[in-house]
Amino acid sequence: MHILEEIAERHVLTLTVDNEAGTLARIAGMFTSRGYNIDSLTVADISEDHAVSRITIVTNGPPEVIDQIIAQCERLIPVHKVTDLTDAGPHVERELALVKVSGSGERRVEAMRLADIYRARVIDATVSSFIFEITGGPDKIDTFIALMRELGLVEVGRTGIVGLMRGAEPS
Amino acid sequence: MPEKSGADILIESLLAQGVDTVFGYPGGAVLPIYDALFQHPKIRHVLVRHEAGAAHAAEGYARSTGKPGVVLVTSGPGATNAVTGIADAFLDSIPMVVLTGQVATNLIGSDAFQEADTVGITRHCSKHNYLVKAPSELGHVIAEAFHIATQGRPGPVVVDIPKNVQVATAEFDRHQPNATKRYVPAAEADFAAITQAVELLANAKAPIFYTGGGIINSGPDASSALRELAALSGAPVTSTLMGLGAFPASDPAWLGMLGMHGTYEANMAMNQCDVMLCLGARFDDRVTGRLDAFSPNSTKVHIDIDRSSINKTIRVDLPIVADVGKAIRQMITIWNSRKLQAQNLEEWWARIKGWRSVGSLNYPASQSEIMPQYAIERLYELTKHRSPIITTEVGQHQMWAAQHFHFEAPNKWLTSGGLGTMGYGLPAAIGAQMGDPDALVIDIAGEASIQMNIQEMGTASQYRLPVKVFIINNEWMGMVRQWQQLTYESRYSNSYSDSLPDFVALAEAYGWKGIRCSDPAKLDEAIAEMLAYDGPVMFDCRVSKEANCFPMIPSGAAHTEMILHSDEVTGTMDDEAKALV
Repeated sequence: MHILEEIAERHVLTLTVDNEAGTLARIAGMFTSRGYNIDSLTVADISEDHAVSRITIVTNGPPEVIDQIIAQCERLIPVHKVTDLTDAGPHVERELALVKVSGSGERRVEAMRLADIYRARVIDATVSSFIFEITGGPDKIDTFIALMRELGLVEVGRTGIVGLMRGAEPS
Repeated sequence: MPEKSGADILIESLLAQGVDTVFGYPGGAVLPIYDALFQHPKIRHVLVRHEAGAAHAAEGYARSTGKPGVVLVTSGPGATNAVTGIADAFLDSIPMVVLTGQVATNLIGSDAFQEADTVGITRHCSKHNYLVKAPSELGHVIAEAFHIATQGRPGPVVVDIPKNVQVATAEFDRHQPNATKRYVPAAEADFAAITQAVELLANAKAPIFYTGGGIINSGPDASSALRELAALSGAPVTSTLMGLGAFPASDPAWLGMLGMHGTYEANMAMNQCDVMLCLGARFDDRVTGRLDAFSPNSTKVHIDIDRSSINKTIRVDLPIVADVGKAIRQMITIWNSRKLQAQNLEEWWARIKGWRSVGSLNYPASQSEIMPQYAIERLYELTKHRSPIITTEVGQHQMWAAQHFHFEAPNKWLTSGGLGTMGYGLPAAIGAQMGDPDALVIDIAGEASIQMNIQEMGTASQYRLPVKVFIINNEWMGMVRQWQQLTYESRYSNSYSDSLPDFVALAEAYGWKGIRCSDPAKLDEAIAEMLAYDGPVMFDCRVSKEANCFPMIPSGAAHTEMILHSDEVTGTMDDEAKALV
């Protein structure tokens, strides 16, 4: 007997939650305990009184599992609202990455040139290294990192995705 | 405003919630609360013998009275011992508030004596939980904990209270409103959707009501409403294990329980219906059997208060998120206001009659030994006039009780359905007896399960609770043995109940009455003796040792593939089926 893999699709969920002890553990742990996937997760408080946080979760699964994930998130007491950005329509996704590259000579110049094309900023430099700061959709960042791999990539730090609905209405 | 200690704030908050009974066990981290309890005689504290017993007793109390059960245990092992009961209440949607002591806030995380991460451990087996960090939070937290435990789909809520928070003081006014605003579950059904559900029911040629524990959780009126709607529509009713009693077993429309050990007629009707109304049930795997063969041609309506129960395993055509009792009332109102008439269901009932004639609950009779089914039938016949509260442990005896004991009213059947916790029945019976001292409360047990919380006999003795423990003793973990027989070619690995205690002597050691019976001719007399005794009784009913519980839908099979008593039983199963359970 073999265990079958299911076909998964990627969804970006955004949750507004009470900013209290244990909320993140409750949500992240629910994903683990029910066997759901987390590709990335970001969290920060977003209200003036620090009472509410926004969590952006990138997950994947078959459509019926995504529906269950949303229902299970909504079932948690500190979760106020869950929006599936992927389903809800036009939205923006952004991620920030810090990319450390070391090298010299032509490779160093090439890294600099590519950074310029990708609109990455240099935020630290030594004679043998750069740290680039790059913002964008995950594909753009993936591509930039792939290019840097050729040119002396040392390490990468990524924030994970944040997202919002386009237009005047809240997500 | 005068200041009060956290422990006093807790007790006053419990009184404000109408709490009169607490099941608990003291320890270092709850000494301040126990001292406050000592000075508040309005709250009865039931001292259990093990914290698992406290949690199951609170479940039994909650399920039989409809009020939330309250548990009080100490930190560390006190809390971890209660976890099984918390997980049990979570899966069976039992309203419960569990108060756990915790080490002082400045010691948390230091691996202090009797420290455990209670909120971490219970996070995913409770509906919600709290670590209270200041006495000023307690009033609000307790009010919200009871609100969350009882509203919407009920469940256990854990409140972890560090010892210094119990001692420290804060201002507290118990008349201050502590109403919570952040948890507001849906109650009323969407009118258009519920109208569509009524139309589906009225136009159905082969409808069925598939009901569950949600009807019981919704309150007694939900059961009354179900009876009315069933009468209006003329449709048959089946129920999950958790929903037994919501519909009277004496009603001609009752098909018996469905699912793995449900009746042939209930499962065939589920398979063949054209409209299925799932009311407060959740398409559990014990109910559905093989998913792709589950009721293939029906239009499915699912009414549930928990949105996450809808489309979890079975896709439904008409999902309705609402309190099921209120939704049924709405359906009745719409049915009556439109003066609807049900379709002619004669053909449907004729088919059901055909399935009924199979007699799926029949079993081979015996003159020489007590058949376990016979024991439960006789227990039912000799007690039904007293409308007893029945609790069970988990295993064959539980399924036989569900099949052969019949219920006319809700809140009379207390069993561990979702988690399947052996050791549930005796403490649950104690909790139910505390809730209704005059009721006849019987734990139908197995000789293996009863040993899992047998220490609670001492609790019943202490509080003079006349619970009856009726042990179906076949000297096997019967359900394990049955599965080994059906699936593993009778290799009975570790399922024999060896070195059993002498249950009669044990009963006497605890100050109970002990009765033993192994002769079917003397069974009625022995049961009468048990019922006549006004204290707790342990009844060791020696039954046929290798009886199997049928009918049965084998693992991974469809509703139409039931094994009946008359069938040949094969000795093995393929790997896919073995992996399913």
